[in-house]
Amino acid sequence: MSLGQQSPGKDVLAGASPAGPGDRQADAPGPAAGGTSMPSTGVHYTGRRRFEFVYFAVRNKKFMLGFTVEVVFVLAAIFGPWLAPYGDQQFVAPPFLHPSIHHLLGTTYFGEDVFSVLLYSLRDSYMVGFLGALFAGLIGLAVGFSAGWRGGFLDEILQMFTNIVIMMPALVLLLVIGAYFKTHSVFFEGVFIGATSWPWVARAVRAQTFTLRDRDFVDLARMSGKRGPSIVIKDIAPNMASYLLLVFILLFAGSMLLAVSYDFLGLGPTNGVSLGDMMNKAELWSGLTLHMWWWFIPPGLVMTFIVAALYISNVGLDEVFNPKLREL
Amino acid sequence: MSMLEIDKLSKVYKSGTFGGGMKPALRQVSFNIDQGEVVSLIGESGSGKSTLGKIILRLLSASGGRVLFDGTDILGLKPSQLHDYYRNVQGVFQDPFSSYNPLYKADRVFELVRQEYFGHLSQQQWDEKVQAALETVALNPADVINKFPHQLSGGQQQRLLVARALLLDVKLLIADEIISMLDASTRVDVLNMLVALKRKGLAVLFITHDLSLGNYISDRTVILRYGAVVEMGDTEKVFGHPQHPYTRHLLTAVPQLHRRWQAADAERNAADGLGAGGAKGSGAGMTGAQVSTFGADASSGGGQSQRYSKSGLHPRKAGPPPVPTGPRPSLMELEDQPWRSRFRVRGGPSVATVLANNAPPALVQFEPGHFVAVEE
Amino acid sequence: MSLKIEDLSVAYQSLRGDVQAVDRVSLSIADGEIMGLAGESGCGKSTLGNSLIFMEGRMKVTGGTVELDGRPLPISDSRAMNHFRLRAVSIIPQYAMSALNPTRRVGRMASDLLKSRGVRFSSVREEFQRRIALVGLPDDVLERYPFELSGGMRQRVTMVISTLLNPSLLIADEVTSALDVSTQRAVGEMLMEFRDRGFVKSMIVITHDLSILAQIADSILIMYAGKLAEKAGAATIIEHPLHPYTQRLLASLPEVGVRYEDAALTGIPGRPPSLLSPPSGCRFRDRCPFAFEKCAEDPPFIELRPGHHVACWKAEEEVASEGALQVQEAAR
Repeated sequence: MSLGQQSPGKDVLAGASPAGPGDRQADAPGPAAGGTSMPSTGVHYTGRRRFEFVYFAVRNKKFMLGFTVEVVFVLAAIFGPWLAPYGDQQFVAPPFLHPSIHHLLGTTYFGEDVFSVLLYSLRDSYMVGFLGALFAGLIGLAVGFSAGWRGGFLDEILQMFTNIVIMMPALVLLLVIGAYFKTHSVFFEGVFIGATSWPWVARAVRAQTFTLRDRDFVDLARMSGKRGPSIVIKDIAPNMASYLLLVFILLFAGSMLLAVSYDFLGLGPTNGVSLGDMMNKAELWSGLTLHMWWWFIPPGLVMTFIVAALYISNVGLDEVFNPKLREL
Repeated sequence: MSMLEIDKLSKVYKSGTFGGGMKPALRQVSFNIDQGEVVSLIGESGSGKSTLGKIILRLLSASGGRVLFDGTDILGLKPSQLHDYYRNVQGVFQDPFSSYNPLYKADRVFELVRQEYFGHLSQQQWDEKVQAALETVALNPADVINKFPHQLSGGQQQRLLVARALLLDVKLLIADEIISMLDASTRVDVLNMLVALKRKGLAVLFITHDLSLGNYISDRTVILRYGAVVEMGDTEKVFGHPQHPYTRHLLTAVPQLHRRWQAADAERNAADGLGAGGAKGSGAGMTGAQVSTFGADASSGGGQSQRYSKSGLHPRKAGPPPVPTGPRPSLMELEDQPWRSRFRVRGGPSVATVLANNAPPALVQFEPGHFVAVEE
Repeated sequence: MSLKIEDLSVAYQSLRGDVQAVDRVSLSIADGEIMGLAGESGCGKSTLGNSLIFMEGRMKVTGGTVELDGRPLPISDSRAMNHFRLRAVSIIPQYAMSALNPTRRVGRMASDLLKSRGVRFSSVREEFQRRIALVGLPDDVLERYPFELSGGMRQRVTMVISTLLNPSLLIADEVTSALDVSTQRAVGEMLMEFRDRGFVKSMIVITHDLSILAQIADSILIMYAGKLAEKAGAATIIEHPLHPYTQRLLASLPEVGVRYEDAALTGIPGRPPSLLSPPSGCRFRDRCPFAFEKCAEDPPFIELRPGHHVACWKAEEEVASEGALQVQEAAR
């Protein structure tokens, strides 16, 4: 009988259900053992699940802080072109101007309004972040689920493949590619970042799948005649939904950061106007030596805030999803 | 021909923390289940009983042997054939809650069955079917339909899972410790339900560690220890005059309401006194010498000590003798794994060698419908 | 008196209000007594046992006092309780065998635990080894990792560590639930031995398994839905229970030798009430075959026969009527 027992959890009251504090013998088996160093999953939901999370989410300070900041920036990115007083890449004023009422963040070496350029550049940065996260997520999920579900030989092959991708220095690869292709787009950068940052997603998803695969409800699905892909999509993935959301957020932040570094080195999209690109131009065109802080500091600060907000909301969401981390 | 025939089924796990060591979880287990009978599979942890259940349900692979259902070896079935197999055999497990995906409503388990097997039925036909199944397990549809798993009690969850099996009109239900996590007051109702189903023609493999439950509902009993059958036969015979020392030991250790452990020991000693001398049954060779050490000394506070002499019924033939203990019955040695294949060498032994080294004791018929394992 | 609990109420805080898991429970345990605390899940027995040693984050005491060996036990004050834990009160928690840290050797864990109580491991090492041998574990168990031990062995190690400082009160929370029959017996006998040898003064054994209590307990206390239902000596509860719940519970336990064909047992229909908003009156009313109008009023937990407390109007009536009968007989 001891074989059937899982680790205990005094999860009696994450919303006391109408049936009373559990009718189960010897206390309910608690959260599954699914453990990675990343946000936890495998939560035992008691109580009205769907709305419980919204309730906790809006009460979680960290999440609300991060979420609000992020929303502000996203709105700025979407409505940038309309909000910006001037156009992007337009010479509108004398160069090297300090910040003033007319030009909130001054002007660049070329006389562009820094504030406007900043607003325009948010778009590119978000786009690359999104694309990178999307591709990394898709590839990572596909590899992780396949390896985790099948195990055995397929798992070995995919592991090998994952290790190879980890080992490859992405920057060098990008340099080489840059040497052969004269121009590349935002889309390409997003795909490239995605294609080089999926391994940790695959690893984590694989680990979670291994754990969930042994659960009784998966056995039940198998006994109902369901096959692998159907079980993975309908039974396993939804149980990792909170985890996957958190992974996506981290990927997003990571992609944006990577994009900034590539852009800063000049390896970004050819017609780029991203945050990293701003910093790149500032550096190239003596912004630093000329002490034009209004040109190279704002993009860095904005990037910091965006990524920090994502990470903080991530931590907050982890608390929301895992009842044990919540303080009542 | 029996409905389910298990023929020398074996399972070896690659265990051990550093890759070495292979543990034989099942050692050439053989028994049958006929239509409409309840067979109890009784064993303690490590006996392999859950493994056996899962192999029959094709949730685990086997290392050797066959499982014949209506004559076909189900271990070799392809996925499409498995689909049909699950119409005949289903399982219910120990933890009712974990059989449900907590994100979906409880009756999704019915939906899964409908998608795979009854897509051709109209909604009304399906509803009628569900209604009938729920009635058979004494569940009120209003109580359980459209609810989430956590809104149902353990008993309701288990019954719902049985109803699911009934939807498929199965011939055999593998019930793996299905009531151990239920409240005492609801357990017996689920048991009674199983008996009612049996009367309608359902066969049940009732896997449990609790002898009183096995005794209550089963027609035949199989006692498993360390992956091998040590005694099996009609329930009344096995419980009435158990022959194997392990069975007897289990029966004395079961805590009962109206009989203290010391009294149970005394009873058993008295019974042994009768059986040890004369030869009971036909040619079983169970003489007084063939008993084993399970407890060295009496427990404190009296009770006649039963001195068993060590012999082959203790599965460990070679290796260090058990740790001598103080005035305590050394039930501890029962927990040590006696496997003779704890190789730590790389590229260790093959499954075949492991099985060969740990061959189970042979079963001998003690009386009609009652078999006991005897080691040479 | 070793332990005396007076009107104790413990609640869990939840989103929807307080769940009164233990509702005005009073009991006392004498030195050397093993009391079994039995009931089904949700009855509050685990909460009661655990509240005596450690109040989890959401638990709070909403009333009542506890006294151990004549001194008050400050269960609401976790810091003050530190002084008592492991020394005066100790617990073998539920799932103890999964509670051992898998990355530490057993001996290391034990010494850390003792150090936190201000006891040097070296000073108790010899006694420790003696007890290890007493429970039948090999000498080198201190050097082993938990995963190298079987479930029963881990359980026994936890028992030895919990009782090392000879506490006055030991709370054993479902210690036999997840064990095999043979190990159950060994553990049960070990509990009795600990009491016999004076390692612990008194013990509360929390379990749903009445048959284990029939073997090891001196007295049994039955709880239902947070309240006490019946308390008496073990033999009395098993042979002559008065509360309908106890009677039905005992009648639903299959025993070896009883087959369905001989005597079909029946369970108790229905479920225990929600403790979020408990019903007024007797909580067993809805499921009780003997319920009548008076049951709408909460029955008091009173001593109906010497040493036999019951909270049931029907039982009270029955005992009163048989008392009246006896008086009649005597008068004749």
